[in-house]
Amino acid sequence: MSSNAMIYKKKKPLLLFLLPPFLFMAIFLYYPFVQNVLNSFLNITELGSKSNGINTPYYENYEKLFHDPLMGVALRNTMLMILLTIVFQVGIALLLALLVDNIKKGSHFFRTAYFFPIVISATALGLMFNLIFMYQGGMINQLLQSIGLQSTATPIDWKDEARALVTMFIPVCWQYVGFYFVILVTGLNNISQELYEAAEIDGATRIQRVHFITLPMLHNTICVCLTLAITGALKVFDLPWVMFPSGMPMDVTWLTGTYMYQQAWKLGDVDYSATIAIIIVLLGVVLSQIANRIFKEKEY
Amino acid sequence: MTAMNSAIKTVPKNQKKFSISKIFIYIILTLWSVTTIYPFLWVIMNSFKKNAFIQQSSFTLPVGRRFTMENFTTAFERIEIGRAYMNSIIVSIAVTIMVIILAGLAAYGLSRYKFRGKRILESLVIASMMFPVFATIIPVFRMEFSWGIANNDNNLVALLSVILPQIAGNLSFAIIVLRGYIQSLPIELEESAFLEGCNIVQIFFKIIVPVAKPSFATVAIFTFLWSYNDLFTQMFFLDRPGSRTITLLLSQIASQAGTNYGFLNAAVVLVVIPVLIVYILLQKNIIKGMTIGAVKG
Repeated sequence: MSSNAMIYKKKKPLLLFLLPPFLFMAIFLYYPFVQNVLNSFLNITELGSKSNGINTPYYENYEKLFHDPLMGVALRNTMLMILLTIVFQVGIALLLALLVDNIKKGSHFFRTAYFFPIVISATALGLMFNLIFMYQGGMINQLLQSIGLQSTATPIDWKDEARALVTMFIPVCWQYVGFYFVILVTGLNNISQELYEAAEIDGATRIQRVHFITLPMLHNTICVCLTLAITGALKVFDLPWVMFPSGMPMDVTWLTGTYMYQQAWKLGDVDYSATIAIIIVLLGVVLSQIANRIFKEKEY
Repeated sequence: MTAMNSAIKTVPKNQKKFSISKIFIYIILTLWSVTTIYPFLWVIMNSFKKNAFIQQSSFTLPVGRRFTMENFTTAFERIEIGRAYMNSIIVSIAVTIMVIILAGLAAYGLSRYKFRGKRILESLVIASMMFPVFATIIPVFRMEFSWGIANNDNNLVALLSVILPQIAGNLSFAIIVLRGYIQSLPIELEESAFLEGCNIVQIFFKIIVPVAKPSFATVAIFTFLWSYNDLFTQMFFLDRPGSRTITLLLSQIASQAGTNYGFLNAAVVLVVIPVLIVYILLQKNIIKGMTIGAVKG
């Protein structure tokens, strides 16, 4: 340790190591972040242009959030998305991880197959799901027709007002199951085999072993998954935008992210868009704090 | 289930092949893998099919009179796909290289030096992992617009306007992964290099970088894929035809293609294929890279 201190005693090179990356982050992350907070109080009518002064009243945008029906739609959909990601993404991933823990052959294959959609661009997935849910001759409709559940004359419109939300949530949830699967499987592998063997000798059934050993031991990993699911769901943009651009149909599919983009680019209400971005950050911080409180991390 | 367990208790573990619960487990696991693999096979199959057959018999193989290469030739003729690939690769490689250099420097500084304000810097890095791109993009756009690089007529300059925010977006993740790895390295190597007269910069490039290669590779792969796939930043900064990346081009194809479904299938295949190849070759590193940072962060 003494010569360690010797090597790293002179602090001068430290500047060389830390200045470039932190200067970069200061310019492209921290400064814009602060600027964005300021922007939410200003009046900016065009992307890239200067502000026309302070809003009157300065909290105009924050007031607008409460009166904007489309923001209500976006918030509701985003909250629903968070809930569904937790239930389905993490839920399905947990089920698959528990199952894969019981087998030896093929577990590598399943890991590779489940993770695959995550590396594919959400844009390509969006187009793919457009083809799958297509009205005339899409995969689902053709499948239903071929097994006689649907007549060729009356295909189902999966992107109509009533079904659009479900059609949007399915691919988003589906894509990231493999991500949580891998995290949970890693967590499962860390549980000592001796615990299971002891339980087996004591006569515990498989279900009992899952309930009394696996799930409690997995508690912290599940916690991590929940935080990731919440922040992840708030970041979703690409796939919904490709499948349902501009809140189509009839403004039912807005999410906070897509609505923010629309305000900045299409409607030119840049300061309002900045305000929505702040709401997204706040939601992420608050919700993940709540999740961590409820499922408090435990020390084992 | 208990009865079954006790019935096969005498058999060694690895011979429990035919238990019913095992078969049930394999069925469920296989079903999910069908949902992740089959849609891609379906798209590949249909990309070689004539339009008329896609809408009637999309589950058949593209053979005989159904087969055509037309969708791909249309893709190369109608849209500047070669150029878009080039743009994507320029952006992603530049982002990857810069992230590795900057994050490597920061990770080394943070893991080996003790100094005042270290905790603040570390929490800044972790906090910025929570910043969604939404919260920074408008001011970044304005800044780059005033510098004249956003929407610049010069292709490379326009690409730079995407490269810069993408680097920033990946830095904190990369720093956290690399710092974790460098911290776990034994310090003896650096000590002996120091005694032989190497200075700190030499130690960094001759000892740290080669030894930490696996984690640099992890970060590089993750950053590359993320950059290649990211649509949001590209939509903000690359609004001109010449500087479109492949992801951006794809997102705009849907409206152009109309009912030419074969062409749409081919376009999806063209975007997915490079990633698919990379994934098959490097899947172990990719899976590790994309989950490790998440768990530690």
